Amino acid sequence: MSSETQKILTTDGIPLEVSLKKTEKKNKIKAFLLVCPLLFFLLLAYISPIVGMLFTSVDDRMVTNMLPKTFKAMEDWDGKDLPSEKIFEAFYKDYKILVDENRHGKLATQMNYEKNGFKSILKKLARKQKKFEEGNYKEQIMSVHKRWGQVDYWRAIKRRAPSYSYIKYLKGVDMYQNEEGSIVQVPEDRRIYKILWLRTLEIAFFVTLFCFLMAYPIAHLLATLPMKYSNLLMICVLLPFWTSLLVRTASWMILLQQQGLVNDFLVWIGIVADDHRPVMMYNKIGTYIAMTQILLPFMVLPLYSVMKTISPSLMRAGKSLGGTPFVAFWKIYFPLTIPGIGAGCLLVFILAIGYYITPELVGGASGTLISNQIAYHMKHTLDWSFASAMGLMLLTGVLAIYWVYNKLVGIDNIKLG
Amino acid sequence: MSNKQQFVRFDKVDKSYDGKILVVKDLNLDIAEGEFITMLGPSGSGKTTCLMMLAGFETPTNGEIFLDSNPISNIPPHKRGIGMVFQNYALFPHMTVYENLAFPLKVRKVSKEEINKKVDKALSMVSLSGFEKRMPNQLSGGQQQRVAVARALVFDPQVVLMDEPLGALDKNLRESMQYEIKHIHESIGVTVVYVTHDQGEALTMSNRIAVFNDGKVQQLSSPDKLYEEPVNSFVAEFIGENNTFSGEVADMSKEKCKVKLNSGIEIIANPIKVKSKGDKTIVSLRPERAIIDPENQMDNKHKGKIEEVIYHGDHTRVRLDLLGNKEFILKVPNSSARMDIKVGNEINIGWNSHDARALDPK
Repeated sequence: MSSETQKILTTDGIPLEVSLKKTEKKNKIKAFLLVCPLLFFLLLAYISPIVGMLFTSVDDRMVTNMLPKTFKAMEDWDGKDLPSEKIFEAFYKDYKILVDENRHGKLATQMNYEKNGFKSILKKLARKQKKFEEGNYKEQIMSVHKRWGQVDYWRAIKRRAPSYSYIKYLKGVDMYQNEEGSIVQVPEDRRIYKILWLRTLEIAFFVTLFCFLMAYPIAHLLATLPMKYSNLLMICVLLPFWTSLLVRTASWMILLQQQGLVNDFLVWIGIVADDHRPVMMYNKIGTYIAMTQILLPFMVLPLYSVMKTISPSLMRAGKSLGGTPFVAFWKIYFPLTIPGIGAGCLLVFILAIGYYITPELVGGASGTLISNQIAYHMKHTLDWSFASAMGLMLLTGVLAIYWVYNKLVGIDNIKLG
Repeated sequence: MSNKQQFVRFDKVDKSYDGKILVVKDLNLDIAEGEFITMLGPSGSGKTTCLMMLAGFETPTNGEIFLDSNPISNIPPHKRGIGMVFQNYALFPHMTVYENLAFPLKVRKVSKEEINKKVDKALSMVSLSGFEKRMPNQLSGGQQQRVAVARALVFDPQVVLMDEPLGALDKNLRESMQYEIKHIHESIGVTVVYVTHDQGEALTMSNRIAVFNDGKVQQLSSPDKLYEEPVNSFVAEFIGENNTFSGEVADMSKEKCKVKLNSGIEIIANPIKVKSKGDKTIVSLRPERAIIDPENQMDNKHKGKIEEVIYHGDHTRVRLDLLGNKEFILKVPNSSARMDIKVGNEINIGWNSHDARALDPK
């Protein structure tokens, strides 16, 4: 039987399979050409920056390239006692080149990240080295500042020898590699990132929850109201979508500030005293309120699109079969909306976890998220590798959430519209 | 005391959605226990609204509905104990067949064993044993339909409502399902209220049919009476095929009347809705009641010209120009191989005046 099917030929005598593949190949090429621009765009604007970020976050070649001779000489130094004259000499030669080329400032900044107090002794060395005489560099350098005679500082230099390092990732979770080379937590009073990560998760979680609680009834109403009213309601839901994010955030600032409309109203109806106006902005409350409002449509739309497909006769069937309205809702309607809930929650959570502009403007000190910290390092400390490391950690976190969701609910169960 | 003849009673029920138009007007309808009653009518005639009021999804604007002598207008749907089969089956897509059938039992807190027993019984009734684990979307349309019927019956309701349950099935399946539902009804004796716009379905299945039009019951009677003896021209036209002549009553006796047609010719008819001389009327005659080359005792005999011959397999339909009606249809059985039925020929047609019913003008 199979030999018969294999021998089917077209009228030209070409085997059917070959001919079919030929025709399909053309279609495949056409399809590929159609997606090509997008693919190219994605590679250029999405994949390559991520790869770049990954690279930047571990890239530590700047110091390596600045002190090549020093690190070569340090190769057989065990780090226990003060380095030998050979290392001092190599360091002096490297540093002299940097000073001559006026690049020593960067080294000072980098070394100061590694160990406090490095900046000043490097600057002092830059001034003093002009008068150095040839030979016996160890003594000459140590005489510049007493810290040059401390082995800790030399160890710090050696730690920067590798071209690639993961210290930025450690820093992102409030850890560092101490002088003995083991990974430990930073002192309690200096742990800031852990708090920030937890706060980011907490705010994203609660914003998702609030969005869900508010969006579910709205979406249900949208899906069940007659067209005339549901269109109007839909516009109300989408209207904020069409308004600039910045404008919406700014309007929340007007509403929520202590002399703002909400507070004025509360005072006017007498719920709060004029001199005890609650602080609703520059803290978590502000972030919650503004982010929930801004992300609400992302929850409403997937829910709506799922609810729209649920036939009203299902609820009727549930009731006619003897289920109370609550049972009919809980056993029939609700389970059918889970794909929409999943899509909405995932969408809102992922957007919330990386939110920047709103917490920046209304969050104050206690309402800012990890992304604000990333932006801070991008713009102010210029520590791009640290910013990249945190960005990648955030991305990994989002992928992890996606993975967990896929395991729990199944990603093919999602319905965005 | 339950009243067997008035098990379900619509008492002067009105229904309006917008406060301007009554979709159901002054409806009085008694349904006996164990009866299979069909509400038949064109779309928008108010039949589905009646069903929804009985199920509890709509409330009557006026009047009251009684179930086993109890008024039910204020009882919510889930407490009425009425099973319902929906137009699109309304199976719960996230539950298996078993869970779908168990749902009405679970909410009634029936024990697990009892549920299993009842679900088994209901599934075997619709010959779907062994399908418990399937999801609704793994079933064909006909199978889904059976599950919906089984689900509406599994909790032994007093009344089962069916809202055009066969509308989505193809013709053959629809016919076999009609018999199946009819047999289920006969074997368990539940009261069924069935809504359809398909007259064939209504005639096949029902004990009685209520023909709806314009929010009113036009006629409520058994299928044969409805077909043979329509009480007004709407029913005559809606049920089956129908030849009509419009005219004016020229003469009137007790059993017969003479109707003067617009063409001036007089025919003899059976006065149903006409009272006196001069009344306008439409005379209705079933195609199979007129025959070619009539016997002598027939009191209407006329000549007609064949306009069109349509072959229908078991019979041939002949369109005639008869007494000014160019749409006069005649059904000729195929066994009689008549050679003179050809377009353009003139033939003699006759019928008994008893079968020509003089009804109301539209």
